Amino acid sequence: MTIDLGMPQLLANGLAGVPALAADAAKQTKKDFTSDQEVRWCPGCGDYVILATVQGFLPELGLKRENVVFVSGIGCSSRFPYYVETYGMHSIHGRAPAIATGLVTARPDLSVWVVTGDGDALSIGGNHLIHAMRRNVNLTILLFNNQIYGLTKGQYSPTSKVGQVTKSTPMGSVDQPFNPVSLALGAEATFVARAMESDRAELTTILKAAAQHRGTALVEIYQNCPIFNDGAFDLIKDRTQQEARLVRLRAGEPVTVGTEEERKVLVRGTDGGLVFVPEAEADPAAYVIHEPGAADPSQAFALSRLDTADMTHVPMGIFRQVERPSYDDLVRAQVDGAQDVAGGPAGDADLDALLRGNDSWTVA
Amino acid sequence: MSSKTVESIDRVVIRFAGDSGDGMQLTGDRFTSDTAAMGNDLSTLPNFPAEIRAPQGTLPGVSSFQLHFADHDVLTPGDAPDVLVAMNPAALKANLADVPRGATIIANTDEFGTRNLAKVGYAANPLEDGSLESWHVHGLPLTSMTVEALADFDLTRKEKERAKNMFALGLLSWMYSRPTDATENFLAKKFGSKPEILAANLKALAAGVAYGETTEEFVSAYAVGPAPMPAGTYRNITGNAALALGLVAASHRSGLPLVLGSYPITPASDILHTLSSLKRHGVTTMQAEDEIAGIGMALGASFGGALGVTTTSGPGVALKSETIGLAVSLELPLVIVDVQRGGPSTGLPTKTEQADLLQAMFGRNGESPVPIVAPQTPSDCFDAAMEAVRIATTYRTPVFVLSDGYLANGSEPWLVPEVSSLPALEVEFATEPNGVDAQGNRVFHPYQRDAETLARPWAVPGTAGLEHRIGGIEKADVTGNISYDPDNHDRMTRLRQAKVDGVTVPDLEVDDPSGSARVLMLGWGSTYGPIAAAVRAARKAGHAVARTHLRHLNPFPANLGEVLAAYDRVIVPEMNLGQLALLLRAKYLVDVRSHTAVRGLPFTTTELADVITAAIEELA
Ligand code: SF4
Repeated sequence: MTIDLGMPQLLANGLAGVPALAADAAKQTKKDFTSDQEVRWCPGCGDYVILATVQGFLPELGLKRENVVFVSGIGCSSRFPYYVETYGMHSIHGRAPAIATGLVTARPDLSVWVVTGDGDALSIGGNHLIHAMRRNVNLTILLFNNQIYGLTKGQYSPTSKVGQVTKSTPMGSVDQPFNPVSLALGAEATFVARAMESDRAELTTILKAAAQHRGTALVEIYQNCPIFNDGAFDLIKDRTQQEARLVRLRAGEPVTVGTEEERKVLVRGTDGGLVFVPEAEADPAAYVIHEPGAADPSQAFALSRLDTADMTHVPMGIFRQVERPSYDDLVRAQVDGAQDVAGGPAGDADLDALLRGNDSWTVA
Repeated sequence: MSSKTVESIDRVVIRFAGDSGDGMQLTGDRFTSDTAAMGNDLSTLPNFPAEIRAPQGTLPGVSSFQLHFADHDVLTPGDAPDVLVAMNPAALKANLADVPRGATIIANTDEFGTRNLAKVGYAANPLEDGSLESWHVHGLPLTSMTVEALADFDLTRKEKERAKNMFALGLLSWMYSRPTDATENFLAKKFGSKPEILAANLKALAAGVAYGETTEEFVSAYAVGPAPMPAGTYRNITGNAALALGLVAASHRSGLPLVLGSYPITPASDILHTLSSLKRHGVTTMQAEDEIAGIGMALGASFGGALGVTTTSGPGVALKSETIGLAVSLELPLVIVDVQRGGPSTGLPTKTEQADLLQAMFGRNGESPVPIVAPQTPSDCFDAAMEAVRIATTYRTPVFVLSDGYLANGSEPWLVPEVSSLPALEVEFATEPNGVDAQGNRVFHPYQRDAETLARPWAVPGTAGLEHRIGGIEKADVTGNISYDPDNHDRMTRLRQAKVDGVTVPDLEVDDPSGSARVLMLGWGSTYGPIAAAVRAARKAGHAVARTHLRHLNPFPANLGEVLAAYDRVIVPEMNLGQLALLLRAKYLVDVRSHTAVRGLPFTTTELADVITAAIEELA
């Protein structure tokens, strides 16, 4: 049996309910979000850039700092909360999405961020990640993907490439990697994006959209680990190669790749699949127009599959951005609704009645 | 009214047994409610298979419900039934060994056909071959009498047959002079939307009563007078229901919203069901993707300033262990309810056991102390839940409640407390910085402890000026910063232990009316009823024996060592292989004697009374 939940009105903004900074308060700066803790990542680690970008971006949200919480699991990336001057919890391996779900459901006045890595989110914590996305819990999840285990010193991860030689795969990894974007789309995520640590402007744009999304926003961030997997993303970072490989997704626009002179456009092929063809040869009627707001995730999924292990094409940007009531809003609406129907929160008399139940008797 | 004589008796034990699909649990529940309303004291023991519907008519499919009621204080569901209602040959075969000779057996003859007999290996019909000569056997065609009573109803034969449990209930209600009004009201609610089914059930119930009044089969009915009970309002309650209500009451008294993160598991799921229907009381329930997420959600809610609770059974505790360790390290309030069942692994999901004590005590990596409380009767689950919340919020620590399958599903009358009389659970959140840094600025130190309780401040997100980060990595004393310093880890480990050791726990009271007992019976958890009943029986037989029961398993009451030393022989009955005994021996260097059984069933009074007698004789 199913029943119509009959609720609630959709909250459009992920930050609705989170107290904003007073109008006359001093403007926040990056410094306000920088804790006094010494940052302990390896020199040159991509995590530094992401931290700086997030710290630089948070003031833009104009939120009271005490209402922002970072929750992480275990791994290099999961040290992140220590460095941000907000509330934070460095939890246990893989469980941050579950802990954050409990927190944000209990506290609608908080902006809750999860920081995780490819091992934390996709291996040991895979179950919690997919269920957070399916439920659409109002969380922003930053998944730092460096395609390796860093903190445990260099074993292959669930995003390492087939054949990748690591400490635990001396003859090359035989595991098929996950594509985190495809996984998220399959898990019913309502906001899925990919960014690169080195492109701070684009990362900031995506972070902003993610923070304002009501529901789970998953942002995969390619992050270089110079110690154990250096150069994993060089092909798309290198200015000379980048243009030929990066597919920058723009809502409402055709999907293209390549330089001004050698641009290719994505079209729907005769077999229904998506193929890049030189712009000159393409029929504009067959252009694939990127629609992150489409209810049907099929095209977003197809775009996520443009990704290839050799990085011939790597799509970046927001793949999907749709509205669906968030889990925590629905859970709270049921509790609030039950209280409203009964005329407000339960008092002593209501609890007395509950304890007595329907079948009580009196002994004189 | 019946023209038959009514004989007065002081107590009776009835067991309803049938196929899983025969509605025996419902029949037992209804008889219990009607009996409670009569003012008897009572105790119940449901016993059902883990399979939802095992093959019909087979031994694994037998489900039973035992009820002990009396005109005096009842401590256990009774060792052996005075009356067995057997709805089919499987029910007879599975239960006969428990039924003493001379007891009454009411059997549904309609089900004793060749096929059903063969299914359970009866070569001949035991109702006819003389093998039951030493019992009072009433072979009655319960199914066909029910179908006949419903002749005028526009229902299929199957639907009519299904009402046979109500016919049986009606008959037993007549036999023990129980009113049926409460059951009639119950049926009206249950079948409100199906008037024809409702009418059929009511008719079958009435037909059962009428049959008792008119048949020659039974010469007299029985009456069991009300038990003297303290004045007040009572209800009948199971352990799982009492536990759920205790958590809600604790949330109400503390002002902390209750947030349950849970995953379905037998025999704990009823707590999840009950709490999910109490949203009106501000209760949030989340059915998580797994046991780990269930406790994770609860811990996240606690971090946010709610009362985080997770409910499970032993296998679930195994999965939650790492998160319990995190809660120990974070020093946040959290309640973990373990409704113990037979183990290891999947074990006996629907049967009771007390074998998770050491798991609760030690089942985590590192030195990871967690307070443990254990309820002793179904209604006591209410108080145990409130006590767990008191400890969790006062000391900012995870706390275990160790219930078990026997308490969870068993029931007894409960003197319902007034909410205003319940302990107030005062909780204060940190609001101000509590320290000064090297530069002289006022700062917040998340691990600066209360001098008396050693609890750290509970500073919830949203509190300006107290922004801080906590985690599972070892923290520096006071500041909470990451620290790998050897001395600091030694200090923090000892501080966490000292905090739990320092939880205030009332002294143990010993029941030793003669003052001359040399034998002490010491139990914990659900063995309370059988131990108390056995001690009562031994005293009746003229033996001096003392008795005490532990509510707190960690820390132990401060006077426990003295109590143990005061007796020549301490006997610890447990439904495990001696887990509490191991702890007592280790901690107090006392030669306690273990008496153990892991049969998935509570101890019988007789068994424990024999243990007492043997001990006394040995000392003499
Ligand atoms: S091991 Fe790699 S990911 Fe970890 S901190 Fe060092 S560089 Fe960064």
